Amino acid sequence: MKRFAQLIHELENSNKTNDKLAALVGYFSTANDKDKPYVIALFTGKKPRRPVSTALIREWATQLSQIPDWLFAESYHSVGDLSETIALILPPASKQTDKPLNQWITELAQLNGQTDEEKKTFILDAWDQLNTKERFIFNKLISGNFRIGISSKMLVNALAKQSDTDSSKIMHSIMGKWDPSEITYTELIEGVHVNTDSSWPYPFCLAYALEAEADNLGQPQEWQAEWKWDGIRGQIVKRNGELFIWSRGEELVTAQFPELSFLMDELPDGTVLDGEILSVKDGKVQPFSILQQRLNRKTISKNQLNEIPVGFFMYDLLEYKAKDVREQPLSERRALLEEITMQLKTKDIAVLSPVITYESWTELAEIRQESRAMNSEGIMLKKLTSAYHSGRKKGDWWKWKINPYTIDTVMIYAQKGSGRRANHFTDYTFAIRDGEQLITIAKAYSGLTDKEIKEVDSFVRKNAIEKFGPVRTVKPELVFEIAFEGIAISKRHKAGLALRFPRIARWRKDKIAAEINTLEDLRQLYTSTL
Amino acid sequence: MAIIEFTSKGIYCPQGRFYIDPWQPVDLAVTTHGHADHVKWGNKAYLCHDLTKPILKQRLGLDLPVETLPYGKQILINGVKVSLHPAGHVIGSAQIRLEYKGEICVVSGDYKVEYDGISTAFEPVRCHSFVSESTFGLPIYKWQPQQEIFKEISNWVSDNHDQQKTSVLIAYSLGKAQRLIKNLSAQCPIYVHSSIANLNEGLIKAGVDLPETIRITPEIKKETLQQGIVIVPPALADGKWMKSLQSAATGICSGWMQVRAGRRWRSADAGFALSDHADWQGLLQAIHETGAEKVYVTHGFVSPFTKYLNEIGITASEVQTRYGEEEEETAETVTNLKEA
Repeated sequence: MKRFAQLIHELENSNKTNDKLAALVGYFSTANDKDKPYVIALFTGKKPRRPVSTALIREWATQLSQIPDWLFAESYHSVGDLSETIALILPPASKQTDKPLNQWITELAQLNGQTDEEKKTFILDAWDQLNTKERFIFNKLISGNFRIGISSKMLVNALAKQSDTDSSKIMHSIMGKWDPSEITYTELIEGVHVNTDSSWPYPFCLAYALEAEADNLGQPQEWQAEWKWDGIRGQIVKRNGELFIWSRGEELVTAQFPELSFLMDELPDGTVLDGEILSVKDGKVQPFSILQQRLNRKTISKNQLNEIPVGFFMYDLLEYKAKDVREQPLSERRALLEEITMQLKTKDIAVLSPVITYESWTELAEIRQESRAMNSEGIMLKKLTSAYHSGRKKGDWWKWKINPYTIDTVMIYAQKGSGRRANHFTDYTFAIRDGEQLITIAKAYSGLTDKEIKEVDSFVRKNAIEKFGPVRTVKPELVFEIAFEGIAISKRHKAGLALRFPRIARWRKDKIAAEINTLEDLRQLYTSTL
Repeated sequence: MAIIEFTSKGIYCPQGRFYIDPWQPVDLAVTTHGHADHVKWGNKAYLCHDLTKPILKQRLGLDLPVETLPYGKQILINGVKVSLHPAGHVIGSAQIRLEYKGEICVVSGDYKVEYDGISTAFEPVRCHSFVSESTFGLPIYKWQPQQEIFKEISNWVSDNHDQQKTSVLIAYSLGKAQRLIKNLSAQCPIYVHSSIANLNEGLIKAGVDLPETIRITPEIKKETLQQGIVIVPPALADGKWMKSLQSAATGICSGWMQVRAGRRWRSADAGFALSDHADWQGLLQAIHETGAEKVYVTHGFVSPFTKYLNEIGITASEVQTRYGEEEEETAETVTNLKEA
């Protein structure tokens, strides 16, 4: 555990990728062999079953630190992370141990099925032998949510470097099905388990945003342009008579989209497709807000299947006749993909994502202006000679997104942030006009510089009207332009509409509250997206 | 008439007709310490501890009308007995004790209870009412003993030396900077930004025993800095000068570094939870030791800390002040930065 705590410390003690990579390589070269698969599992989000509920953990920590519940809640609000709050608030440990990480995880797993009293004895005893940093980790092990800014790509790069193995091979291996208690580090690196597993997906090829002018990319005819769809990026795997649909979050979502199950019968074995799961009605792609109603549901009703039918727009072919074709140029993969699509008996559900024909960058720029009407986020540019890379690689694929929507709003509530931000009002709620009233439309806490935050903070302190716990109602005076990616109908929000990914685009010091947008403006915008 | 009142200009003693740490100009400003949120320019007279005087002169001008007192010496101001007692916050920091007709009130400014090796150690003062800060008034703030933190910083510096990185510590020029210098000077040469060097000169002249440091000038080679430790104030943390340093590792020294979110927000390489304020236990201990019947809670986690005091049987109320709004480093530092 101490070696792992040291790794976490090193990872958090730098904001430079190279340092983090070096820390990971160092860890995998020196750590306990049995711990390594567990660490890989933790960093890639493989969650064990939660042995103790959050409510209990919180209750025990509050009892042990002898503070009232409300003070725990205040502290939690300030820290912003439950595991960390508990680690900080507990009295100092009375003893020390250095139990290996794998043993802690195994012991935690064994708590499943025990009584609450037994669980409590174990957890309290554990807290009493760990220092603050180790407690934080231990609490994270209980919750299973171990996110510390290590992308799976970075982890894979570290493993590849440490073991001198090809990174895409490692990505395969860790994305497959394996259990840290049954596999050794060497087996995991070698990927012995993946060959027998027909579901394994390939890492998605991702694109960077195009910041420069498209002209800089060279000749237009060297590039394939497609619409950038706003749905769920998905990979469809058909092997050994089975069909698997993976989302980009590396989750299996096969059961959520019964419309696509026909592919099990119609796709040849050894085929892997990359594409976008979209809501498509009468041949037209629907906005993401419609598709969203279909997501993360345990059961899909008949009504939903009728109202929000789903389709798959194919982008690419990764495996053809059980052969990995990712190194072949895009032009060849596209030809094979077209051939596969032709052979499908069921038409119109899984279709090719259309290629945009254009002669010049100027022409493409004009076409891009129509993105919104297509319910697309812009254009994807892929080099015709490009391989299908593992993860993000600069140069071959670019996303050329359209500018976000914006509205002018006025700030009406402010709330203190957490941690260092706890002393400043950094989380704001914004409103638009509805007749004579102001109506809340979005909450955002990013997009301002530190200097601007201080300025807003001082405004809030001087212009607070009411106080509800950490929240202040402020004089509606400061106008902010909010950028967002889409609008959806929402029953939870008073405005009846909710913005997608709202953030502060800029502080409009040049505008007064009378000039902000109205709910009617937003309703019209919504209607125009349908 | 109460012994102190909280007014729009600051904490006021009506009988003595003076203010303590006012934020608007008054006739007499009794000053707890030299941080910018506690002492403003423009008062007709200042009264502070002997060692705060060079700091005020340095920051607010040499012609500033400053009178001083040593710790523990009592004087009368319009019938009010006034004395200064160590607050342990920074060099020269004082709690102000007021006594009138047997009623005693202590205004503590900012304080910490752990001895830092350079500021005179905090001294509990018995009183009827106590004005306390609450900067770190939540139970998540528990400081490690400073020797442990210095060991951590020292290891970090050694690692940086091994990797040919320049160690840059970000610390307030008054307080944290001197504390770091005192505790780290044995390891390697310390290079300080001119705002810190200027303060140090004044303090050394006034008799403070500070180890030698080197003022950063444009002539000093970047490679030379790599051999030592560089200390700069927070205003420079994101500046051009920092970017010009090759392969610098930055470490912020602040109580806010106790929480991961605090470290992330500041995007430094390392965070060390080293504070010149009392932690949760420190605040409670200090308040208990005053024996005060009434506590006024100022700047920090005012609401929860006040609520908690009342729940444990200490009568407390919230007071709005302008303290803690940004401890220092504004125009002064920026000008100095251009010189450097």
